[in-house]
Amino acid sequence: MMATGEAVSLEDQIDRWRNYLGRRQAIHSVDVAELEDHLREQIAVLGKGGLAADEAFLVAVKRLGEIDALSREFAREHSDRLWKQLVVSPSDTEEPQVGLQKDAIVAFSLAVAAAVLVKAPALFGMQLDADAGFYARNLSLFVLPPLTGYFAWKRRLDLRAIGWLAAMFGAAAVVANVYPFAPGGSTEGLSALHLPISLWLLVGIAYAGQRWNEIGGRMDFIRFSGELFIYYVLIALGGGVLTAFMAMMFQAVGIDIEPLFESWLLPCGAAGAAVIGSWLVEAKQSVIENMAPVLARLFTPLFAAVLIAFLGTLLWTGRGVDIERNLLIGFDLLLVLVLGLLLYSLSARDPRLPPGAFDAVQVVLVISALLADAVALWAIAARITEFGFSPNRVAALGLNIILLVNLAWSAVLYIRFLKGEASFTRLERWQTDYLPVYPVWAAIVVVAFPPIFGFI
Amino acid sequence: MPIVLAILAEGDNYGYAILERVRQLSGGCLEWKDGMLYPALHRLERLGLIEARWEVSESGRRRKYYRITSQGQTQLEDERRQWEAVDATLRGIWRALSFPAAAPYSASATPQPQGA
Repeated sequence: MMATGEAVSLEDQIDRWRNYLGRRQAIHSVDVAELEDHLREQIAVLGKGGLAADEAFLVAVKRLGEIDALSREFAREHSDRLWKQLVVSPSDTEEPQVGLQKDAIVAFSLAVAAAVLVKAPALFGMQLDADAGFYARNLSLFVLPPLTGYFAWKRRLDLRAIGWLAAMFGAAAVVANVYPFAPGGSTEGLSALHLPISLWLLVGIAYAGQRWNEIGGRMDFIRFSGELFIYYVLIALGGGVLTAFMAMMFQAVGIDIEPLFESWLLPCGAAGAAVIGSWLVEAKQSVIENMAPVLARLFTPLFAAVLIAFLGTLLWTGRGVDIERNLLIGFDLLLVLVLGLLLYSLSARDPRLPPGAFDAVQVVLVISALLADAVALWAIAARITEFGFSPNRVAALGLNIILLVNLAWSAVLYIRFLKGEASFTRLERWQTDYLPVYPVWAAIVVVAFPPIFGFI
Repeated sequence: MPIVLAILAEGDNYGYAILERVRQLSGGCLEWKDGMLYPALHRLERLGLIEARWEVSESGRRRKYYRITSQGQTQLEDERRQWEAVDATLRGIWRALSFPAAAPYSASATPQPQGA
């Protein structure tokens, strides 16, 4: 009678403990099962030593360690399980509700600041359509400093780091505006295109805070970038619907809102949405949980199929690649896309799982992209002297080589992983270590190309 | 974590028994909070040094067993070499340190603080 009563209450207690533990996001149910096995064994041993069941339970739970500390330790190891919460988590004492509200206020103020920055040059007579070059070169300088500021505030960066980031933005502003670009020239276009990429590194440094040197920190930044992109597209779609309705309704009463839309709504909305999107990615993690990896998983097999079909057609028909001016840029985009698919599949993969069918598809995708790119490069190399080295072509070629190196080594590491010779972490480390190469190359294009090519 | 690796090199094992073995081998000198072992095991698993499988134990519970991989063996061998180097160095230093004190042999033979 007594014994069964005790046993029931022990099961109850273990149940309650299990539920309590299961609520921690960092501890998955398999881990709870593993810990439970440990707990039960400990209880059994203590029971043999003469302790009553409830006493044994208490001692065993105590020996397992404090749940907060345990959960933190699990979170550190499995940062992928709660990447957003982990980075976001303010001090433990702060009420989550209050923290969220404060975040929202800061984010909205910074979004307004970004919008004001976009419109500020208009005060000095800079018109969006007449001075398109100025706006194109400076676009990232309107949007990214408020965004970086948001993360600098969020991660409580020290003054030295903030000063350094500000100095980098200042240097970028000088380069973008002091160089005597020929209006509408290709170096101006290249600068406008590459400056955001190089400055994105600064956002990353602010985003990751002290964790920039860790694989996990940079991986989180990759995840964040993908989610932000998706949020931004969604916000843009919503904004499009909103303005379409606005235009229609005001049209009905005979008012044309197009000038207002072009000079105010679009630029301010686009700038503010970047900050709002970042805040949403951080705050609303449960609404759309990790969309980028889902899309990557969906499109990896499809792109692999297209690439194989392309290579097969090349072989079958013996056709050469038509050399065309924009061929290289097209293949750059292809490699960027393949890299994105690879990156976001990696970012969501549990590194401890053994190689599976999807990994094989991934390797096929990467290798077929490399082959297709090699074909294109081969065709271009033969005639590069004929085309001449224009700044656009050199930039495209440089990017192509950077991506080619990354994907080629990724393929090697991935195949080693499939053969069981190397762990998956090697691949993750390669990708996160390679991350600074892109912004550095972009910075070279922004800083060195215009003088080299005479600002044409 | 070379300790955990070394214990797994003795044979496949599960969390509780690994901790028991640590306690037994260290004579209770080394002890950490039981739960902390598991994130550490998961880390080794992620690095590919050990691998895990679920089995049903004799008591009917599901139990997660860990096994050292060939990569883990290599890592352990590396660790051992490093530890041996550290050990040898430290031994050399201890010896060098104890020489001046060791001259009056009787004094240093029982370097016990008062009250011991």
